[in-house]
Amino acid sequence: MAASAVAPQWEVFLILLPLAGALLAFLLRRGGSLIGLLSAIAIVMSAIGLAGALLDGGVRQHTVGGWEAPLGIVLRSDGLSGLMLLMGAVVGLGISLYASVWFRDDAHQAERFWPLWLLLWTALNALFLSADLFNLYVTLELLGLSAVGLTAMAGGSAALGAAMRYLLVSLLGSLLYLLGVALLYHAHGTVDIALLAARIAAGPAGWAAMALIFSGLLLKTALFPLHFWLPPAHASAPTPVSALLSALVIKASFYLLLRLWLDLFGSLAHQLSTLIGLLGATAIVWGSVQALRQRRLKLLIAYSTVAQIGYFFMAFPLTGAGLIAWHGVLYLALSHALAKAAMFMAAGNLMRHAGHDRIADMDRVAQRLPLSVAAFALAGVSIMGLPPSGGFIAKWWLLEASLGQERWGWAMVLILGGVMAAAYVFKVVGYAFTESSAPQEACTVPQSMQWIALLLALGAILLGLLVSPPMAVLAVGDPFAPLLSGREP
Amino acid sequence: MSLNQWLPLWVLASSLLPGLLIFALPENKHCTRTVLNLSGALIKLALVAWMAWGVYHQQVYEIRLALLPSLDLVLRVGPLALFFIVLSSGLWLLTTIYAIGYLEGSPNRSRFFGFFSLCVTSTVGLAMAGNLFTFLLFYEMLTLATYPLLVHRGTEAARRAGRSYLAYTVSGGALFLAGTVWLYSLTGTLEFIPQGFVSGLDTAHHPALVAIFVLLIAGLGVKAALVPLHGWLPQAMVAPAPVSALLHAVAVVKAGAFGIVRVVYEVYGVEFASELGVTYPLAMVAAFTIIYGSLRALFQDDLKRRLAFSTVSQVSYIALGVAIVGPIATIGGLVHLIHQGLMKITLFFCAGNLSETLGIHKVSEMNGVGRRMPWTMVAFTIGALGMIGLPPFAGFVSKWYLSLGALEAGRDWVILLLVGSSLLNAAYFLPILHAAWFREPDVPWPKERRFGDRFGRRETAWALLFPPLMTAALTLAIGLFAVAPLTPLEWAKLISTREFGRP
Repeated sequence: MAASAVAPQWEVFLILLPLAGALLAFLLRRGGSLIGLLSAIAIVMSAIGLAGALLDGGVRQHTVGGWEAPLGIVLRSDGLSGLMLLMGAVVGLGISLYASVWFRDDAHQAERFWPLWLLLWTALNALFLSADLFNLYVTLELLGLSAVGLTAMAGGSAALGAAMRYLLVSLLGSLLYLLGVALLYHAHGTVDIALLAARIAAGPAGWAAMALIFSGLLLKTALFPLHFWLPPAHASAPTPVSALLSALVIKASFYLLLRLWLDLFGSLAHQLSTLIGLLGATAIVWGSVQALRQRRLKLLIAYSTVAQIGYFFMAFPLTGAGLIAWHGVLYLALSHALAKAAMFMAAGNLMRHAGHDRIADMDRVAQRLPLSVAAFALAGVSIMGLPPSGGFIAKWWLLEASLGQERWGWAMVLILGGVMAAAYVFKVVGYAFTESSAPQEACTVPQSMQWIALLLALGAILLGLLVSPPMAVLAVGDPFAPLLSGREP
Repeated sequence: MSLNQWLPLWVLASSLLPGLLIFALPENKHCTRTVLNLSGALIKLALVAWMAWGVYHQQVYEIRLALLPSLDLVLRVGPLALFFIVLSSGLWLLTTIYAIGYLEGSPNRSRFFGFFSLCVTSTVGLAMAGNLFTFLLFYEMLTLATYPLLVHRGTEAARRAGRSYLAYTVSGGALFLAGTVWLYSLTGTLEFIPQGFVSGLDTAHHPALVAIFVLLIAGLGVKAALVPLHGWLPQAMVAPAPVSALLHAVAVVKAGAFGIVRVVYEVYGVEFASELGVTYPLAMVAAFTIIYGSLRALFQDDLKRRLAFSTVSQVSYIALGVAIVGPIATIGGLVHLIHQGLMKITLFFCAGNLSETLGIHKVSEMNGVGRRMPWTMVAFTIGALGMIGLPPFAGFVSKWYLSLGALEAGRDWVILLLVGSSLLNAAYFLPILHAAWFREPDVPWPKERRFGDRFGRRETAWALLFPPLMTAALTLAIGLFAVAPLTPLEWAKLISTREFGRP
């Protein structure tokens, strides 16, 4: 710990930088985008710094103010949190850049966006770094509230309705989680995950706590059938907000779920894994069918998120094959973050161009906005899991896990989900080439907004070719070890 | 690693880089685009020729890039890979020339040529793929890169054709992916090697291997248009003629057939596949496809549709040659990969010329067209006669070797099949030839365009006429000089001895 006094405290930067940015943006009002961009760049650099430090020195632990657990606040980071922070940083930078152009002509909206977004980012980073259940609750609540605020920004009855529903869901989710945490605290006298892991035992208290915590988090992650709030919220928000909700916010509660499963509950109740997997499989099919049925682009993309969330839960029943199922899911989370942000941005560009997002009324956009259509299509390649893309690598691993154990049903769902994703992605791409008779406004869309979408989509493609760097970060601290060792027969 | 070893990457780059540059080009830079296109195609051809020289002298080019912990991206060029590369890069040059002429004055050419280059890049990539994983990667890239070409015209019909193409190919790709992953989970390797890598597995896995074979062949059969997976191909004829040429001869259909060769020979090994009992059903499917395609072709009045069903029929000769399981039949199947490509591309070029110059789309409009467009129809005639399998054209050589191979393997019914198929081919091609040469023209033509005002009247644009004449001449030449060194036939024999390890 002596060395860490001299070395930069990346964890602290990652939390304080966006927090300071949020406060400044709130106080200064004007210049929010400059503050936002500077914070974003600084966060990216800190996240890279943290990843580098993780690769050099292994798992890191930082006790804020020198107070050890269970009294003080402990920030802990391993490969899993490092990777999530990096994902948040890269996608967050893209979203900040996009938002700075998107809100350029609307100072009023910009004033509201930047403080909330930076606050959300603070909560996100803190969540990835927290090591005790109560801090996690605080970050989760902060994340939810700022996300609701951002959703409501668009104004109008649809957006407000969606935001209100989102608020209730978010509060209910956090409340359930908090109840579970209270139960655990009562039973074991601590909220530190590492300490709890040593004390927790199968029994009514543990199961009740797990049931509460999981239902809260599943609600927030929008796993079928708790997804009902997601499509309206994600589709009605302004585009940069849609992108960050779909790409990052749902990942936070999923990360928490995964972390708690790995460290606390996995050994407690692996019967549950089949149920979770089945819900995931249903989400894939249901989400894809709904996406196919949508006539509006942003709703289609939102339902695609519902389907993709289903994949995240496919790893739970497949863990018998060892690490690859988890690797697959994490890789999917990474590539989904890039691809879905790109997709929403491309949709936003098309909407800004034509003034609507009706799929069948798109008028030769493949010629008019080739970069945006390319971004959508490339992101789609990753979403449907075709090579070369991060989505493909993820699907390969998941398939390998299921076929290697001869679990045919799961493999069929994985395959079917890919085909259905191709169907809804190409439904959009097909109409991008055709003419439309509907009257169009045809506004110009800034090139920069198109390039940001394309670059994020290319990032999702690139993940399919550069697999080892992210996996090297993930391997730090071997986050999946507890579960695997717990599973040994 | 010497510069020489990097050749496979250069070959890929020679179409990938021009393609990416062309995407970035403004629409009106015709000259730059043409220069990029043609120089890319010529450089690729030169590199391929260089590589061919090396491969002929026993060199094997290989590049490995680690992707997943135990899976590499492998590009390896041996005789079989080179065989396909020569076909697609040679025909790419001609098709590019043709497309430049064909699309003159039409919109969105940058997009068209960009994706065109990507298609060829993927095709060459899958030819060079050294394991099933790499093959899968390029195979899917090919699916994606072809789609924008199919819907290029942006009409409702084009969108539907594109949708049908994707419905077939993406589903096929999904089956192929499932088969590949399953195979990998059994064997732990996907490397193509002579005699395959699965024969060492425990016999308990044999049912699984049969299932995997079915998955892989179904995935490949979609592109190779095996009945009943052929439905997209006739619909795809709404695309511009150069795209049809690409689908039918240069890339897509051939990628499927080539994949079948790879799977049978270098994943399963043909003897082992035959022991498993999977080659016989494959031969039956191919035989059925041959007859079915020809029968359907008989009743099509739309020229391109007739040609499309003819492709359905003819490409299955390749699968048939592989599935007969015998060295001579293999040579016949392999050589047909090139022969069918040359003949079919000639026919599609000519069909494109007829529609561009005279507005003819239907067989019933072709009366007397030989007088108006003699050179085009000469090329068409050579292609058609070759398809029927008359000597001395290329198609005859394929059918000769297939028949000999069938006799050698004791599959006498194949002879009947080939005779029947040839008769059917004659039945749907000869009436066209008769109408074109011997009937009186019904002037005026549906929609005539004049070409060559400056240098007197010509039958059509030079860029449209040169490619079919070249391919027709090649069809004739490789049929006449089939046993000269370095012809497709000799190269197929080389593959058979060297890569498949046969006498």
